[in-house]
Parts: sequence; C-alpha cells; structure tokens
Amino acid sequence: MTEIVLPKPEPSAAGPSGRPLISLRDVHKSFGSVQVINGVSLDVARGQTICIIGPSGSGKSTLIRCINALVPINSGSIKVDGIEVNDPKLDKLALRRKVGIVFQQYNLFPHKTALQNIMMAPVTVLKQDKVEVEARAHALLKKVRLSGKEQAYPGELSGGQQQRVAIARALAMRPDIMLFDEVTAALDPETKKEVLYTIQDLAKEGMTCIVVTHEMGFAREVADHVYFTEGGVIVEHAPPAEFFGKAKDPRTREFLSQVL
Amino acid sequence: MLRLRDAFSLPLVSASEGALRNWRRTERAGLAVLLVIFVCSSAYAATVVSGHDPIPVVLWRWAPLLLWGFLFNLIISALSMAVGTAAGLPLGIMQMSPNPLVSRPARLVTQFFRNAPWLVLLFICVLLLPFEFRVFGLRIPFPDWAKAVIGFALPAMANVAEIVRGAVQSVPSGQWESAESLCFSRRQTMMQIILPQCVKRMLPPWMNLYSLITMSSVNASVVGVNEMLTITTQVHAAEGSRPELLAPLYSFALVCFFIYSYPIGRWTEYLERKYQVKE
Repeated sequence: MTEIVLPKPEPSAAGPSGRPLISLRDVHKSFGSVQVINGVSLDVARGQTICIIGPSGSGKSTLIRCINALVPINSGSIKVDGIEVNDPKLDKLALRRKVGIVFQQYNLFPHKTALQNIMMAPVTVLKQDKVEVEARAHALLKKVRLSGKEQAYPGELSGGQQQRVAIARALAMRPDIMLFDEVTAALDPETKKEVLYTIQDLAKEGMTCIVVTHEMGFAREVADHVYFTEGGVIVEHAPPAEFFGKAKDPRTREFLSQVL
Repeated sequence: MLRLRDAFSLPLVSASEGALRNWRRTERAGLAVLLVIFVCSSAYAATVVSGHDPIPVVLWRWAPLLLWGFLFNLIISALSMAVGTAAGLPLGIMQMSPNPLVSRPARLVTQFFRNAPWLVLLFICVLLLPFEFRVFGLRIPFPDWAKAVIGFALPAMANVAEIVRGAVQSVPSGQWESAESLCFSRRQTMMQIILPQCVKRMLPPWMNLYSLITMSSVNASVVGVNEMLTITTQVHAAEGSRPELLAPLYSFALVCFFIYSYPIGRWTEYLERKYQVKE
C-alpha cells in the first residue's frame, strides 16, 4: 500500500447511540476436541473498521464466520445490532441481511456473469424489483471500478477482479456490516492493491468492517482498532499507532517482528 | 446461461491438430478390424457352394427387419435412460438430505439397485410385473418391452443417483458457504447454484451410462422382447439355420451397435478432457 493519510473518526468502542453495533462476549467454539476460539470478547461501533491479525490457525476465520452464523458457537454471546446470534430461534435471514461476507477464495458463482452474481441474491432471495436491482448492480460494479465487466464470467476475470465482484455482490444486499476473511491472501501484490483500495473506500464511507488480514500496512492505515489473536484468544488489542508502535505482549512483538 | 453450446460442439471442430490425427487413426483402426471380420466371414461363406442365396443377398433382404429391431433397442435404451434419469436425479439429491429419514432410504435404494445384476433385475421386472393394469375398469396393457424399460431404468436410476451425488459433492464447499451468507435457502442453493454447475460434470458419466444401457439392451432378448438380437436369431432360423450365416448376421448386429456407440464414447472422452482442463 502506498501511504495515504486518511481522516479517521475517533475510535471508541461505543457508537453515537452508546451501544456497539457488534458485541462479542466470552465466545467459545470447538471442532470436536479442538478448541478454536477460547473466550473472545470485543466490541465494534457503527462505522468502525477493525483488523484482526494473527498466525494461521489462530481462529480468525472461524471467529468472523461465527458473526453471521455460518459457524455456530458453543457458548458465549454474539450480538449484531441487537440480534443474539447464539439463539436456537435465530432468524438467520434477518442476521445475514445485515452482515455481508467476502471470502479468501472469492466463491463467485462460475455459471453466472459478474452482473448476475451481484443481482442473484437480491432478486431471487429478497424478491426485490429486477430493474431496480440491476441499476444498483451497475452502480456497485462502477464503485469497485469494474464498469464494462458486467457480462464477464468469473473465469474470465483476474483474481483481484473476481474479489471485487464478490465485494459488490455482498454489498448488493445492503448490509450494515462487512466481514472480510483474508480476502487478499490468494492475490499477487499488484491485484491486492485494487482490492485493498476498495475496502478502504468502504471504510471511509462509514461501513462497519471487520477485516481478517495479513496486510500490516493496510491494518496500520485503515483500522480504527487492531486485534492480535493467537490460540483462540485475543492476546492484545490497541489503536494501530499504539499497536504497531509499542506492542506490550512479547507474542505480539514476536509476530510483528516476523511479518513487518 | 450455462453456455452448453460449447459442450455440444463437435470434437472435430475444436480438438487440437494432434488429438484430431490421433482420433482419426484410432477410428480407422477400429473400423478396419470390423470390416475385415465382416468381409472375411462373407467371403468364406460365399465360397461355400450351395443352392442357397449368397450372403449379401440374404443380408440385404433382412436388413430392414434387423434395423427395425435395432431401432427397438435404441427406443428401449432411450426410454430406460429417460425414466432412470427422471428418477435418479431426485434420488441423488435425496441422498444428500440433512434429514436422515430422507437420506437413509435414498441411499439404501441406490446401493441396492447399483449392486444388483442388470439381468436379474430385468428378469424380475419382466416375469413379476403384470401384463396389464386395470384402472377404473380400463385395461391398460403392459407389454414385455415396457417391462424391459423398467428393468433397465432401475439400475440406470441408481447409477444416475450416484453420478448426481458425486457431481454435487465435487462442487467446492465455498459455493455453499457464500450462498448461505447471501441468504439462499438450502433448496435455492441446490437448484440455482449447485446443480447448474453440475450439468457439465455429469454429462460425461451420464453419456457413458447411456452407452452401457444401449449395449445391454440386447439382454432383453433373453426375456423374449423383439429387439435386434431376438430378430437376428429368428432370421437365422428362417434362412434354414445355415451355419455360414451365423457370422455375417451377428456381425451385422455388432457393427450396428458399434457405429452407434463409438461416436458417443469418443464424444464422452472429448468432453472429459475438455472439462478437466477448464476446472
């Protein structure tokens, strides 16, 4: 990432309403006998962007999948805009309309064009008006700088382009929150930039973002708050200047010394 | 769009030069062998001095009837495949249901018919099914060939179910995950996202199965259905069961099946290669 100085809102755990948009309390998750998340608590205010970093296998991807109930948790509480995720009577549809997610492997639908990929869920699931959704899809493709690629199939697009279509596809559901799961991990440095700029734009516009990433430059620049996880727990968290400047925990310092 | 048009383009059009030469060589070799068998047997028979008609004349005389029988094989196999596919698709999907009350019986039925000898299933269908149904006093005849269709459709169904299951499971789990995150229900995901991607993957094994069913449709002669093999035997008897007619008559049947099945096999191979590269 090139150095871009952005005006950032003052990070605070609570938004203007006083209640965080996302609130995790003592979340536990295990796969069989393997404890993946071991008591994680964190708050994200509306409009905030947080980055979660940490070594592979530290439960980062699982953690954000728990937020939109793709992975059920064993104990603890996850509240998204007042909806309790750890509830057997959870209305998954209502939750997932609020929370968009973008994956490392793009996961676009290969038999649909870029435009169809974006339009599919609003039209077939939410039964929204096709003409209106199409106009929105065109606008979203323009927003992710892919105007002219409407009719391209995922196989005809580069990794970075596919990832930006995936971002547009998630945005088409008009979510309040966007989750990014190592979205640039499979991309080369050149195409990474396009995707990171797109996320940066979103954060600037006030979208609430949770970004699991290995891009330290991005975390330093865009995040309001950085979390370092290892072994299923949050080892340390701080605003980026403090986090990257004077990390307190030796494990954080060791991790940062390896990746910076 | 599925862009299936690609899948139906002829191998000759888009195969590379090398593959094309290879294809033609194999094809010529195969056809040459058959031709040699055919000509040799005919020549041998022609040398037999007798008061009977020469072999080509006999073949020419009976060819329309024999081909009519062959058409019957094609109809039986096509109907079996149609019924088998119509039943196998839902069966394959049911096997993957999260509800064990649906998936367990579906798996049992699939495994049962997949591991049963085709000829035994055929016997059971032809010998145990009634020759007519009575619906509201109406008599609906149920001829042997229709029973044979059911007999072939049962293993076809089980094999199609397995083809569907294999294809669905070969779709990366990320497709399910992203569909779920976009609020698609399981049913919507299956119908609109997973199955359309499976058509390409299912086509080669499905065509292979069709080819196998076509070839085994001659089994129906064992239970007296008037298909090509039955007619060939009857023609031989009608010509006085002359031994020199055996080879040409049965070779004629062989050649008919070969000419029909060989292009299907080549096309299947071509599709397999093509999709292997793309995915």
